[in-house]
Amino acid sequence: MILSDLFHETYAALSANKVRSGLTILGIVIGIGSVVAMISIGQGAAGSIQASIQSIGSNLVMVQPGFQRGAGAGPVSAGRGSATTLKQEDADAIQKEITQALAVAPEISRRYQITAKGKNTNTQVIGTVASYSQVRNVQVDLGSFISEQNVRALSKVAVLGPTTRDDLFGEGTNPVGETIRVNRVDFKVIGLTQSKGGTGFTNQDDIIFVPISTAQRFLAGDAYVTTISVQAKDAGSLATIQQEITDLLLQRHNIADAQLADFQVLNQQDIVQTASAVTNTMTMLLASIAGISLIVGGIGIMNMMLTTVTERTREIGLRKAIGAKRKDISLQFLAEAVTLTFIGGLIGIILGWASSLAVTAFTGIATKVSLPAIALAFGVSAAIGIVFGYYPARRAAALNPIEALRYE
Amino acid sequence: MIECKNIVKTYRSGEIDTQVLKNISFKINDNEFVAIMGPSGSGKSTLMHIIGCLDTPTSGEYLLDGQDASKLSADELADVRRQKIGFVFQAFNLLPRATVLRNVSLPLVYAAVAKEEREERAKETLRASAFPEGFWHHYSNQLSGGMMQRVAIARALVNNPALILADEPTGNLDTKTGAVVLATFQLLHQEQGRTIVLITHEPYVAEHAERIIHIRDGEIVSDGVNRNRRLINNDH
Repeated sequence: MILSDLFHETYAALSANKVRSGLTILGIVIGIGSVVAMISIGQGAAGSIQASIQSIGSNLVMVQPGFQRGAGAGPVSAGRGSATTLKQEDADAIQKEITQALAVAPEISRRYQITAKGKNTNTQVIGTVASYSQVRNVQVDLGSFISEQNVRALSKVAVLGPTTRDDLFGEGTNPVGETIRVNRVDFKVIGLTQSKGGTGFTNQDDIIFVPISTAQRFLAGDAYVTTISVQAKDAGSLATIQQEITDLLLQRHNIADAQLADFQVLNQQDIVQTASAVTNTMTMLLASIAGISLIVGGIGIMNMMLTTVTERTREIGLRKAIGAKRKDISLQFLAEAVTLTFIGGLIGIILGWASSLAVTAFTGIATKVSLPAIALAFGVSAAIGIVFGYYPARRAAALNPIEALRYE
Repeated sequence: MIECKNIVKTYRSGEIDTQVLKNISFKINDNEFVAIMGPSGSGKSTLMHIIGCLDTPTSGEYLLDGQDASKLSADELADVRRQKIGFVFQAFNLLPRATVLRNVSLPLVYAAVAKEEREERAKETLRASAFPEGFWHHYSNQLSGGMMQRVAIARALVNNPALILADEPTGNLDTKTGAVVLATFQLLHQEQGRTIVLITHEPYVAEHAERIIHIRDGEIVSDGVNRNRRLINNDH
């Protein structure tokens, strides 16, 4: 049997029962469509979570103070990050000792009441250095970011986040050159950052940056830092840097047991991995629920093919009588099943794609239709045709031509 | 040439063996027109299945065109059928949603003949059997019974087989169209020298053949030249 004849026979057989073929295809369309849509929703979620983690900077190691213990290491803990155990010197030491670190940006952050031109707001004021913009991925929209010169000179300058600018000066205004008052100290606005969007719990745009030296001298009145962000040169060196910083600070703080460290070192890679493990599990869950409908669709194919074989028993007998071999017959019925799933798979992919676009359009949930997901869906639909078409095709091929011709 | 040597066919249902064919032996030469006649239950259908290579005997030898077909596998039998036998059935067994041309060329599909050549051979065969050209592209379920059987005969001929095997070919037709079909067989025999085996239970139909083999209870009761042959005047 030639391939073109196989197509001819398949087309003739499927178009003879249009409604039945259509309904069977619909089962596969729903199965494949929901698998594609579910995977795209899962991958979209994974993508947006990773993007928001990356937005705080790439290849980051963050050093934060440990627990604040009461006098004599009492039982009351004020929580992680609350202690004032990290000093400016620690940051300087990291800068000096950790050669693999690309950039080090210490910061001191605290909330203050800000006033400007009669308006006022309460927001996060971060004292930091010039490299912060690189390490934490802060882009400047207008003016400039804090410079090393500003830090050395204890300049009273500030860079505003867009939300803070909106609150103090109104939306869309240029605040550069204006003056704001923080804790009874006047700061000159020298820049405006680009919007980064919120990360759910914190608004990265409601913020004010000032030189770290200015913040320590005029606002905090001490030389502690709240976070030291260290940028590694690539993702591979994150773990090494994390270990080196831990060793360095343990030594500097005279702590022998790492369990008792008065600081913690967080690796961005760990956060990303945890997040992707969660989203992968979610994607698997969604896809396997959708996969159930795919199996139901496959059973529909098998059901239809078994009915078809019974209905066409005489035809099978005739084909065998005029010289068709088992292989010819089984190939014909297998081709019908695979064609059904192939068409169903194709429509299902389009439908799944369209519905994931619709989900994004109407609910704002990020979706991502990836090529591997489509290839997978396509492969699965073809495989379903073969798996669920195999048994009916075998049954057709095994029919005895005498019985088949006699069948009424 | 067909030769049956001591053919026995036994069916087993449950614990009971039923011997349907008991030691059947006969020979059919090329260019013969033979009718195998017997009442229902005589074993003539079983004999037809063995002659048609649809089934194999329990014991004995069956030689078709010099080849022993009694011990072949299912797929080997399919090859023999495709190359050497053309079938005509009582119920025509055409593909309903296929054109006359497609039906006639169907055996060539399984012989893996290319489409153009297939159509050419199907047209030749239809032309030779004087099948009206206006119906070549009709679907077979739009034809009358007589027309359908003529399509089936053309289908049996398209492979140029050594043997035409007709199983009650007039069983579903009225007398008049039945006569046309029988006339076609006589024509194929006389003009093209085809070997034809006709299986029937009707003496009237059998009398159109040259030779009649009577079979009853699985045994041949008589085998000889048909002395009262009915010849149909073949003027189209």
